[in-house]
Amino acid sequence: MAPGPDGADPAAGPGVAGEASEGSAMLAVLGRFIGELRAAGIPVSMTEHLDAVEVLRHVPLEDRPALKSALGAALVKSSSHWRAYETAFEVYFALRGDRYGIDGEPEGEPGRDDEAGGGAAGVGDGGRTGRGRGSGGGGGQGMTAEELAAMLLSALTSGDDSMMAAVARQAVARYAGMEPGRPVGGTYYLYRTLRNLDLDAVLEQLVAGRRSGGGDGSGGGDGSGGGDVEPPGQLTPLEDRLLRDEFRARIERLRRQIEDEIRRRLVADRGSEALAKSVRKPLPEDIDVMHATRDELVALRRALQPLSRKLAVRLARKRRHGRRGPLDFRSTVRHSLSTGGVPVEPRFRYPRPAKPEIVVIADISGSVASFARFTLHLVHAISSQFSKVRSFVFIDGIDEVTRFFEHAEDPADAVHRINTEADVVWVDGHSDYGHALTVFLERWGDELTPRTSVLLLGDARNNYHASQAWVVGELARRSRHVYWLNPEPRAYWNSGDSIVGEYGAHCEDVVECRTLRQLERFVGELA
Amino acid sequence: MSAAGPGVTTGFPEAGPPRFGSIAEVRTGLAGIDYLADEGIAGVVYLADRLAKPVLVEGPAGTGKTELAKSVARLTGSRLIRLQCYEGLDESKALYEWNYKKQLLRIQAEGGRQWQDLEEDIFSEAFLLPRPLLEAIRSPDPVVLLIDEVDRVELETEALLLEILSEYQVSIPELGTVRATQIPLVFLTSNNTRELSEALKRRCLYLHLDYPDVERERAIVLARVPGIGPDLADQIARIVRSIRSLELKKSPSVSETLDWARTLVVLGVESIDADIARDTLHILLKYRTDIERAAKELADGGTGT
Repeated sequence: MAPGPDGADPAAGPGVAGEASEGSAMLAVLGRFIGELRAAGIPVSMTEHLDAVEVLRHVPLEDRPALKSALGAALVKSSSHWRAYETAFEVYFALRGDRYGIDGEPEGEPGRDDEAGGGAAGVGDGGRTGRGRGSGGGGGQGMTAEELAAMLLSALTSGDDSMMAAVARQAVARYAGMEPGRPVGGTYYLYRTLRNLDLDAVLEQLVAGRRSGGGDGSGGGDGSGGGDVEPPGQLTPLEDRLLRDEFRARIERLRRQIEDEIRRRLVADRGSEALAKSVRKPLPEDIDVMHATRDELVALRRALQPLSRKLAVRLARKRRHGRRGPLDFRSTVRHSLSTGGVPVEPRFRYPRPAKPEIVVIADISGSVASFARFTLHLVHAISSQFSKVRSFVFIDGIDEVTRFFEHAEDPADAVHRINTEADVVWVDGHSDYGHALTVFLERWGDELTPRTSVLLLGDARNNYHASQAWVVGELARRSRHVYWLNPEPRAYWNSGDSIVGEYGAHCEDVVECRTLRQLERFVGELA
Repeated sequence: MSAAGPGVTTGFPEAGPPRFGSIAEVRTGLAGIDYLADEGIAGVVYLADRLAKPVLVEGPAGTGKTELAKSVARLTGSRLIRLQCYEGLDESKALYEWNYKKQLLRIQAEGGRQWQDLEEDIFSEAFLLPRPLLEAIRSPDPVVLLIDEVDRVELETEALLLEILSEYQVSIPELGTVRATQIPLVFLTSNNTRELSEALKRRCLYLHLDYPDVERERAIVLARVPGIGPDLADQIARIVRSIRSLELKKSPSVSETLDWARTLVVLGVESIDADIARDTLHILLKYRTDIERAAKELADGGTGT
């Protein structure tokens, strides 16, 4: 580490330096926080730890947003890690924030039962914001569902942050039904709160309210609504759309506040260390594709595009720089003329990249569908690295889907069309590997060449149909490589109706491919 | 070594007086020259100065990465030295190069002298051609060094940067080590086309510049587009947000938003309706499929989604 700018030290963080015990407590929190980041998979080096310590000297601790982004700048060096960082930060630094702020609260100590019990906490919090929206502080205790709904509506119409925070507190106290001491991450509490608030209906109500043109005086009041004041009565579709997006954004903000609120209470209940484990989110590249939640799938889709771009760049560079071609005798002799016929500098031909042909055969039945989609997407996104890519999908029937990718600018479109248009059901729509592979061999088997690499994708759960494993052997005979990618953890292979072992015997390799990271590594080595 | 030029000193370079007093000061300062930074950006710039560390700025194209470095240079009244990276960039383009022709002339002119004297002479600063990196640390005046699109150089070439980024010095075998007289503020930008090495990332503070939120984008449009009204700016910011929420190949960048705003001002548009939006979408979006999708979405009010 560079010795810090010592001249600047006295000026740093007023009120922070000097209190030695406080400082070391802070360092301990930071140490544990970094431990948690490492546990979540974010690589934090020693240097970065020291930087973070340095950061604490320069950023006022009271300013949580500033602290968050400053520590992030020192510790997190990839935008895809940011979410995991954010979660850990909220958990570890919420606790401290509360202790600071809790002075003014009637309860004094964060009594556990109160905290989880509901109403009382609401009052304290209302007072703590200091901005004390009348409705937020005063009416905290015995707010009826109707009052809460009305408050929610007006908070969203005005888009006022402190009011939304008050609503979030009320809603959590009322609906989440949190029980102290339970080792949970809070997803269920969040779900329960949101279900009770019924935000979809609220959105419709907001839009309708604004559309009728009646009570939109509040819209003008929030300052940002300047653009959409004039049209009374009828809105054009464009305006309607903008209005909707505005409210959606506000609702999203509210959702986050509710999430924060739940997390804050959980931290108060169980302490940050215990909670951190429950809420730890895997990095996008480590998410288990087969069991991803909807949010995680979105994160995966987002991660896929930069990933495939990076992979393509890397492969192209490798191809260009990795090898020299064979000696170019003619050119070497010609260039030797300038050195009196002595071949000082040998010349080489340009390397001719041997691009493999790829045939992807993917099971797209329910259990492994998302995995198949990601693989198809990735392979086609880097199709320039292969001389030819052909894709087939099956459940119990099989269909070629290469044509979807050929005309689509965006692989995501093509993947979407596969779901709706591919003809993959033969009898009952349960995976039948044996039948699908047999049909493949009959119809397309002659097109395999010794330059083809075949990728078989699926969990090989065959619903106890005949395996027809000899077909895979035949494929292997006709092509250069046959690989099997299995999205299931290795421990589950060959259990129940999984017969991956039977097929695997004929494959060059059977690869466990549960996460994007594993998938990327495999595809990278293939090209 | 022989020639103790202005740049050759010992020890770690003295940190100059801090350039900024507080995060808020950075923010208002940047706003004063029409770069609207949010809290996070200002915080990182402030820390870069205090910790004497380079900043690695990543993010989608057109979100003001390069502009940030330029603006900081303007704000601090420093000279901006820019190194544009590309594949095949090497030492002689990034760090320094010996001026061979001049050396050759010198040798020919002094035919009779001892080789040893001559060698000492031709490997002195007079025969050195400084390239951006060396220039940045030799400069006696305050400097902002911008290393643009660092992800374009090969992984091996990245190593060239490491010494200067962590020690603010350059080692020249024939001449010795040149240390910085002042610590420059260093910005590296990356479009994320490949993963940068751990060694490089470790030496930097990291800043991810994403698309701004509606309020900031509106403020940017107002600040950067002359003659635009607040209503139109608001509408533009909100339409752009809606477009970015779609799944597109390439979301509109801030610079494209600004282009669009300028176009609308030139066209004399007061308020955007669906027709105007459709006719001018090609300024925001560069792919045909994107344009079609956005036009469709904006026209049908988004109730379907």
